[in-house]
Amino acid sequence: MHFQSWSDFWAMGGYGLFVWLSFGITYALLVALIGYSHYQQRQFKRQLAQKLAREQRIKQYQEQTE
Amino acid sequence: MVTLGVFIRRELRLLARQKADWLNPVLFFIIVLCLFPLGVGPEPNMLQLMAPGIVWIAALLSVLLAAERLFKDDFRNGVIEQLVAARQPLLSFVLAKLVTNWLSTGLPLVLLSPLVALLLNLQTPAFIAMLLTLLLGTPLLSLLSVMGAALTVSADKGGILLALLILPLYIPLLIFASAAMEAASMALPYHGQLAIMLAMLLFALALVPLAVLSALKLNVS
Amino acid sequence: MFKWLHPYAKPETVYHLCGRWYPWLMALALLLLLLGNIWGLAFTPPDYQQGDSYRIIHIHVPSAIMSMGSYSAMAIAAFIALVWQVKVAQWSVLAIAPIGAVYTAIALITGMAWGKPMWGTWWVWDARLTSELILLFLYLGVIALSGAFSDRQTGAKAASLLAVVGVINLPIIHFSVEWWNTLHQGASITKFAKPSIDPSMLWPLLISILAFKVLMLALLCLRLRTAILLNEQHRPWVKAMAGEE
Repeated sequence: MHFQSWSDFWAMGGYGLFVWLSFGITYALLVALIGYSHYQQRQFKRQLAQKLAREQRIKQYQEQTE
Repeated sequence: MVTLGVFIRRELRLLARQKADWLNPVLFFIIVLCLFPLGVGPEPNMLQLMAPGIVWIAALLSVLLAAERLFKDDFRNGVIEQLVAARQPLLSFVLAKLVTNWLSTGLPLVLLSPLVALLLNLQTPAFIAMLLTLLLGTPLLSLLSVMGAALTVSADKGGILLALLILPLYIPLLIFASAAMEAASMALPYHGQLAIMLAMLLFALALVPLAVLSALKLNVS
Repeated sequence: MFKWLHPYAKPETVYHLCGRWYPWLMALALLLLLLGNIWGLAFTPPDYQQGDSYRIIHIHVPSAIMSMGSYSAMAIAAFIALVWQVKVAQWSVLAIAPIGAVYTAIALITGMAWGKPMWGTWWVWDARLTSELILLFLYLGVIALSGAFSDRQTGAKAASLLAVVGVINLPIIHFSVEWWNTLHQGASITKFAKPSIDPSMLWPLLISILAFKVLMLALLCLRLRTAILLNEQHRPWVKAMAGEE
């Protein structure tokens, strides 16, 4: 461990603002990208399941009426 | 060769009938040039200093303005679809588009350059450099803008998208052209910049028609 | 060789392959990222010139390297898509573009945050920063073009073509920007010479670069799966699978 204490670590030798700013933005952007990609996939899977269920219902209805 | 001549004649006839298509970009070019002195002040020295950048950015934007409608009418009429289906004459169609696009948007800028020199208070060496860079650069502008127009021909939202695609590709040209004009105004040699512009033009001339062809094909299918 | 590769062009195979790899790649990427960054942040000595501000290097350099690496990966996929008409390659172009754009944005923002204490301003028209900014525009162009068509397939093909055009232009843009920068070299900016980096600082950096690389692969797997589902939604295998879930 290079730093003496936690406050030393957060201060980053006076450059704390810039170091933590860039690390913070980086992680925020990466988390946003990962989260959005997951969200897209889940959303689309849900849509697909709904569409298939709807098709299934239409088919059942048609079979009943015939 | 024969089909190329036919297509060029067709395009020229179309341009002669739709004068707004090529007149508006030229007017736009002149108006943008007039706005700069109003914005930054009329001191001759400052205008001389900024002239390369002003001239070239105005040229980029006016060529871009003309490019938007380049293939739209032919696409809506189904002309492009027919040509792609017929396969054979598509290349000559593309070359005719390139030539007439330069004649209608590039050449007027070259012809207007004395007026530009007058407005921006350019000395003779800088004026000659501007003439040469416009002569070499505007064909490259036409090539790239034709490519952008071909890529976006069936897109739902054209105009701004075209600018986003094509403007980054114009950057090398902008850099070398304005550097050549700057060098000329300081009485330095600028053959190197012109040679690089010529190299970029020839390189684009070899590759861009191919890209335009495949762009048109994928927009039709 | 192509016979061996061929099954991997089939969307169903790729979908399942990506699904199997994704958790491992993601876990590995996060592990490497944490390891590299914590090591780089806390366990390395400060730079004798730049103090602790140099620690930004552990995200700036990996994201910058991988922003270019993603572009070349995208261009290779685009080339395959155009020449051999491989559908999966088309979709991976669209899957990579947002990842590359985010990496480029990270490289730019961290570059600015590093430039403020070192150069005194948030932004200088430095050759590398300018090139990176133009790279961001190229990525945005590909993303915008892919979304501009009512027909998804046309959008993917057009974006592939633009990616190939971009990769041909990229070296020209890069060298012209570098040349322009030497021409207009301001006296106020003193570029620090590239120091020979100490091994104790190098290891965490290499780990972070690897982490960004693996993270890109993991995200590619995730996004490619979505793209495959989206484009193959009418195929029987997708319907069968959605029915099971």
